[in-house]
Amino acid sequence: MSEEQTPADTVPRTGPADRVDPGDRGVAPVLPDLGLRGTARWVWRQLTSMRVALMLLMTLAVVSVPGSVFPQRPQDPASVARFLRNNPVGGRWLDRLGFFDVYGSVWFSAVYLLLFLSLVGCILPRLWLHVTAFRARPPRAPRRFERFEVHTEIVTDASPQEVLASATRALRGGAARLRGFRVDLGTEPDGARTLAAERGSLRESGNILFHLALLGLLVAIASGQLLHYRGQAIVVEGRGFANSPSDYDTFETGTAFRQGSLVPFSLTLDRFDAEFDAASKPTTFQADVTLREADGSTRTDYILVNRPLDAGGAKVYLQGNGYAPQVTVRDAAGNVAFAGAVPFLPKDASYRSEGVIKVPDVTSGDQIGLVGSLLPTAVAEGGGFFSAYPQPGNPLLVLQVWRGDLGLDTGIPQNVYQLDSAAMTQVKGADAAPVTLLVEEGATVELPDGLGTVSFDALPRFAAFDLRYDPSLPWAASFAGCALLGLALSLFTPRRRLWLRVRAGEGEHAGRTVVAGAALARTDDAGLAAELDRVLDAVGPQDEGQDRWTSAI
Amino acid sequence: MDLGYLSTLLVWGATTAYAIALVAFALDLARRAEILGREREDARVAAATRDETVVADFVGVNRSVVIDRPGTVVGPGGYLPGRALSIAMSTTTVGLLLHVAGAVLRGVAAGRVPWANMYEFSMIGTLAAVVTFRVLCLRRDVRFLGTLVLGVVVVGLGLGLTAFYVPAGGLEPALQSYWLVIHVSIATIATGMFSVSAAASVLQLLKDSWENNSTSLAHPRWALLESLPSARALEALAFRITAVGFVLWTFTVMAGAVWAEHAWARYWGWDPKEVWSFIVWVVYAAYLHARTTRGWSGRRAAWFVLAGFATIIFNFTAVNLLLHGKHSYSGLDTGS
Repeated sequence: MSEEQTPADTVPRTGPADRVDPGDRGVAPVLPDLGLRGTARWVWRQLTSMRVALMLLMTLAVVSVPGSVFPQRPQDPASVARFLRNNPVGGRWLDRLGFFDVYGSVWFSAVYLLLFLSLVGCILPRLWLHVTAFRARPPRAPRRFERFEVHTEIVTDASPQEVLASATRALRGGAARLRGFRVDLGTEPDGARTLAAERGSLRESGNILFHLALLGLLVAIASGQLLHYRGQAIVVEGRGFANSPSDYDTFETGTAFRQGSLVPFSLTLDRFDAEFDAASKPTTFQADVTLREADGSTRTDYILVNRPLDAGGAKVYLQGNGYAPQVTVRDAAGNVAFAGAVPFLPKDASYRSEGVIKVPDVTSGDQIGLVGSLLPTAVAEGGGFFSAYPQPGNPLLVLQVWRGDLGLDTGIPQNVYQLDSAAMTQVKGADAAPVTLLVEEGATVELPDGLGTVSFDALPRFAAFDLRYDPSLPWAASFAGCALLGLALSLFTPRRRLWLRVRAGEGEHAGRTVVAGAALARTDDAGLAAELDRVLDAVGPQDEGQDRWTSAI
Repeated sequence: MDLGYLSTLLVWGATTAYAIALVAFALDLARRAEILGREREDARVAAATRDETVVADFVGVNRSVVIDRPGTVVGPGGYLPGRALSIAMSTTTVGLLLHVAGAVLRGVAAGRVPWANMYEFSMIGTLAAVVTFRVLCLRRDVRFLGTLVLGVVVVGLGLGLTAFYVPAGGLEPALQSYWLVIHVSIATIATGMFSVSAAASVLQLLKDSWENNSTSLAHPRWALLESLPSARALEALAFRITAVGFVLWTFTVMAGAVWAEHAWARYWGWDPKEVWSFIVWVVYAAYLHARTTRGWSGRRAAWFVLAGFATIIFNFTAVNLLLHGKHSYSGLDTGS
């Protein structure tokens, strides 16, 4: 239940309901002039109110949605470009408003920064209150116990002294002191001894820990963004890369990246294993690698999709794989114009892969571009071919031939998987249809127009590696752990108050001791009655008074 | 016989048992409505012959009765659990046994934990919902939740068996990780708990309207609401389940981040699944804040539980099937 005010609730409340809530105080028809400081204070109190925190949370949920609907530039720039091509007008406006980078947009950042500001403004005063409340004594025993839903009265043979001693022992608990009650004993003017006990301050401790840990998590994530670096490399079996920006296909760093965090190691891909089930679903991807550390020592290891390799303080992840057909192109003069493995990017589950073989270094005449597909297990069908299985059962290169200027000398970086056909023409046959070459593994085929020959020598695989260095990871993990712990404490710690009033018995109970008890939970609490029973059971041999009535809410 | 096939048969059996239980739970509610409606009518007629003001008093008192502890479910209307309710509970238990056996066999057939595609998520999530309900029943009388909980369960299992079904199979490399055991199981268990808390919140909203003499609940059939605990008690119930679910969900998101760091080289990348898991988390966080904000506790907070459950369902269905991201593990060909 929400924390409603109860008669015994006399100490300052430190719960979240305490947040200053100006909205509840009624709005005056004419607002007085607050002045600059007054306005600032008013804004601050609004911001740190629970109601505004709630609004900000709801807003955060809503502004997160577009990022899952529209393609996002940081994750998938190609899809954003396609979206903009298909929706030129609307797309441009969405782009201006930041819909293609929602989580880096001004409005998204504004919401979460305001939320964290509100959190700080709320949690710091509460932290102070909580620290001071630690030394506060439990509230005194109220006059009438009958007002409480959980109350009881017993008669025992133990003396008042013994009752208080055993109750205190039962309440404080043994070694687990943290979970026990704080106990305060007193004597009332009429001679009745009282015991006031309170537990559950861990609830507020957990709450504060949770919120502070979230703050720490935000700082850890932000510092990771500043300090990290990330490189991506496509590596053919037998080749490798060094941990240096020039060796990566793409390389990006945070703004506070230091060159020193780039440890000079190198990695060689010795072998790549891929296995598939009968339905072409992959079952195993494994990269066997040799790592040469900065100090010159080498070791062999392996990388799986879920098993990155630790190298030089960074981690190397296996993110993709495919085939890189090994080809040799001889020019018209019979000289080797190109020899090497060219990665073809897989396009479907059967590893039909697409790629471009660019041959700029011809001794004379036009440069050559070979564009086409690799089919690992080629099967002829209706005049064409398709790939039946991802393993290399019957590898076939299906290539079309372009001649002209590849445009590699312009100095503008090119996509290695695409042909810039601006200055090239496609070679066509006598029937004016484009020439298609079919090259099986181990075969050599003549290029049309006497351009030379192309040989398909072998079919090694390639692996796509991601390397990421982020020194904030242990911090982020620790803060996340603290947040989880704090959350559990704040939700599952019961807050209970318990009072006993102990008197010497009169009348029929003369010579014995009458113990009245009451308990109050600050939140819905099914174990409250059991707690009071437990304490009274510990008091000693007893028989039931006329008023023993306990019940849970 | 093929173990995977046997597992599917068992899950079909469980679905059937749950469907029977659902009908029995609904009959029980109808019976409550009938008995309590009749009693109210009798009381009204009897009172009307005496004094007009007594009627108002009677109705006022009648509507604030709290029935809570197991074995003491006797309202002023004299409702006592009948045979429909015991049939409902025992068929639920039969269904639960078949369900557990089906899940275990599925795991044996596939040679891995049985939660790696949408069919299996539906199977385990509904299992978690039924277990949550059954465990709650051991501690307090929440059998009135049966209709709603089993309604969700039957729909979930039915969809799983028909729309999401894939035969038992191995795991793709991206899923070959012990995090599958941790992250996905906790996520499905949390989903099951959120289903039960949503059911409790629906009843809370109805009971609250009833207690405030809402005119839309004037029909005699709504008299069944009288046999339910007070809106306050239902709110407490919804909160307890949601609180556990929220902690589990927080853990799910964190474990997911750790796994993403292992498999995808980043712990958070705003993948659609990550976005929606975050939204789910924020909505339930808003619920916890709303509960303690003046003017937002009670009814308004209950709507947050329902909004949270809606985002859970969206996250499980639309995000898996429509929004293409890295979490493409439905096991179905969705044309991506």
